Amino acid sequence: MAGSRTSCSPSADPKVEKTDEVVTTGVLASLQNFLRKCLIAVLSYGPMPKHIAFIMDGNRRYAKFRSIQQGAGHRVGFSALIASLMYCYEMGVKYITVYAFSIDNFKRDPSEVQSLMELMEEKINELLDNRSVINKINCKINFWGNLDLLCEPVRLAAQKLMASTAGNTGLVFSVCMPYNSTSEIVNAVNEVCAERREMLQIEHAGDCNGYAANNGVHSEISVADLDRHMYSAGCPDPDIVIRTSGETRLSNFLLWQTTFSHLQNPDPLWPEFSFRHLVWAILQYQRAYPYLEQSRNLAKKQM
Amino acid sequence: MKSVFSLCVQMSRPSIILKFILGLLWGIIHLAISLFNLWSLLIYNIECYLISSGLLWKYRDLHLDRLKYLAIVVASKEAKNNMKIRQLLCWLSTIGVKYVCLYDIEGILKKSFEPAMNGLRDGKAGEYLDIGASVNYSHCGHKEMVIEWLSGSDGKEGIAKAANLLCSTYFSENTHGNGKREPTFTEADMASALKAVGCGGPEPDLLLMYGPARCHLGFPAWRLRYTEIMHMGPLKSMKYGAIVKALYNFSKKYQNYGKLGFQL
Repeated sequence: MAGSRTSCSPSADPKVEKTDEVVTTGVLASLQNFLRKCLIAVLSYGPMPKHIAFIMDGNRRYAKFRSIQQGAGHRVGFSALIASLMYCYEMGVKYITVYAFSIDNFKRDPSEVQSLMELMEEKINELLDNRSVINKINCKINFWGNLDLLCEPVRLAAQKLMASTAGNTGLVFSVCMPYNSTSEIVNAVNEVCAERREMLQIEHAGDCNGYAANNGVHSEISVADLDRHMYSAGCPDPDIVIRTSGETRLSNFLLWQTTFSHLQNPDPLWPEFSFRHLVWAILQYQRAYPYLEQSRNLAKKQM
Repeated sequence: MKSVFSLCVQMSRPSIILKFILGLLWGIIHLAISLFNLWSLLIYNIECYLISSGLLWKYRDLHLDRLKYLAIVVASKEAKNNMKIRQLLCWLSTIGVKYVCLYDIEGILKKSFEPAMNGLRDGKAGEYLDIGASVNYSHCGHKEMVIEWLSGSDGKEGIAKAANLLCSTYFSENTHGNGKREPTFTEADMASALKAVGCGGPEPDLLLMYGPARCHLGFPAWRLRYTEIMHMGPLKSMKYGAIVKALYNFSKKYQNYGKLGFQL
């Protein structure tokens, strides 16, 4: 942890930013880069997570404490997200999932919902226009959730971004919006049911007697069937779930996928979440890793 | 600087020395964390001792009115420790908790406790809480407490069972129309299907996790939405003061959307 603090301190020091000597800043920046890479190299000696999920909590509180506009809090939160994404990429974490907007968030003040939607539309369009970030990390972006609940421009932008990054093979970045876990499960049940109906219809068409067999023909719906129809299909379960601002509940986020995930609740608000917090989270995960792995293997054996 | 580093990595990647140094540094970092953890554990233990001896005033007066239902998740290895579980239940009933749900993924608790409690089964309490397996527990001679035992099979498998029920209802309703209507189940349908297959039940307000890591181990998803999850450390070193502290912290929580908050 001490190492992580020293590696971050140059960026946290406001004096450095103020200095006019470009050379000094350049040297400091590359020194900071070097230290960060060293630290990541040390960290990678232990088991590294493949998938980290974030509940980005605390943007509004951040705005309140800093006495800035609520919307500005969300904007700082977005920069924190991009920074975390880049750090995770450097650490070799392949999957990142974030809880951007809960279905329950629609109950918030309409003006806040509106400004959040505008922010999302703006940021998605920015990503669509300026593809350097996406191309650099060859990032595939997914949107998990009931997109029909979004207003038209945001939905179209999200679908466009998904389609344009679908072929990328690097980091997989999943944005849960508007999402909650119970609706994901119900959606999976609906899809499994529709799939079964189609199978039945094909069988029915092939059967000249028209014998409607709705029982016994197909096996029972299994957990694996539901797994296949979750938004997260094809993506490993998260190794770490980080909820910032010290809150201890999951708030209906990935309940199905987090059976053996290490749940962490660090104190900083989401806009304050930085590299050292991420390093600390991974160190904590490495300590819990033997137990989590053992439980996972035990469960697999019993299946 | 960057190129020097990459050169350094490239050159010595196969070398054992670099790996050794990385391993050493990694070990030192984790050793430092262990020492730090040891120190904070000491502080925590002193605090728990002070709480259980009643020396800290703020913990004396616990408000449990918001805690309707408490869940305890125990790691598989520790679930075999019957004595500790009994002790834990005893403490909870002393504190005044009314409804408790005990969970472990393999169902060890269910197997070892349910048969013993069969004689005490109380139908009324079960009906009130919509739970299949519940008993009244007054072992310690304190106030009565309703207990429910859950295992991993009540989680994802329960949802799969409910999905089967929903699907078969859908097919039986749509056989004549050749099933043209898309299945559109809602969360409420799912909740009632879960209840019908015996996997329903109230959502705990607080979940205490006993085990080496903070991890819910597959606690039924439908009952975990807004539950506060608190990690209590290994069961073998459980403390009365720690439970009091957790309940106190819970009573200070505020939620935007869950049962604890005011709906916006």
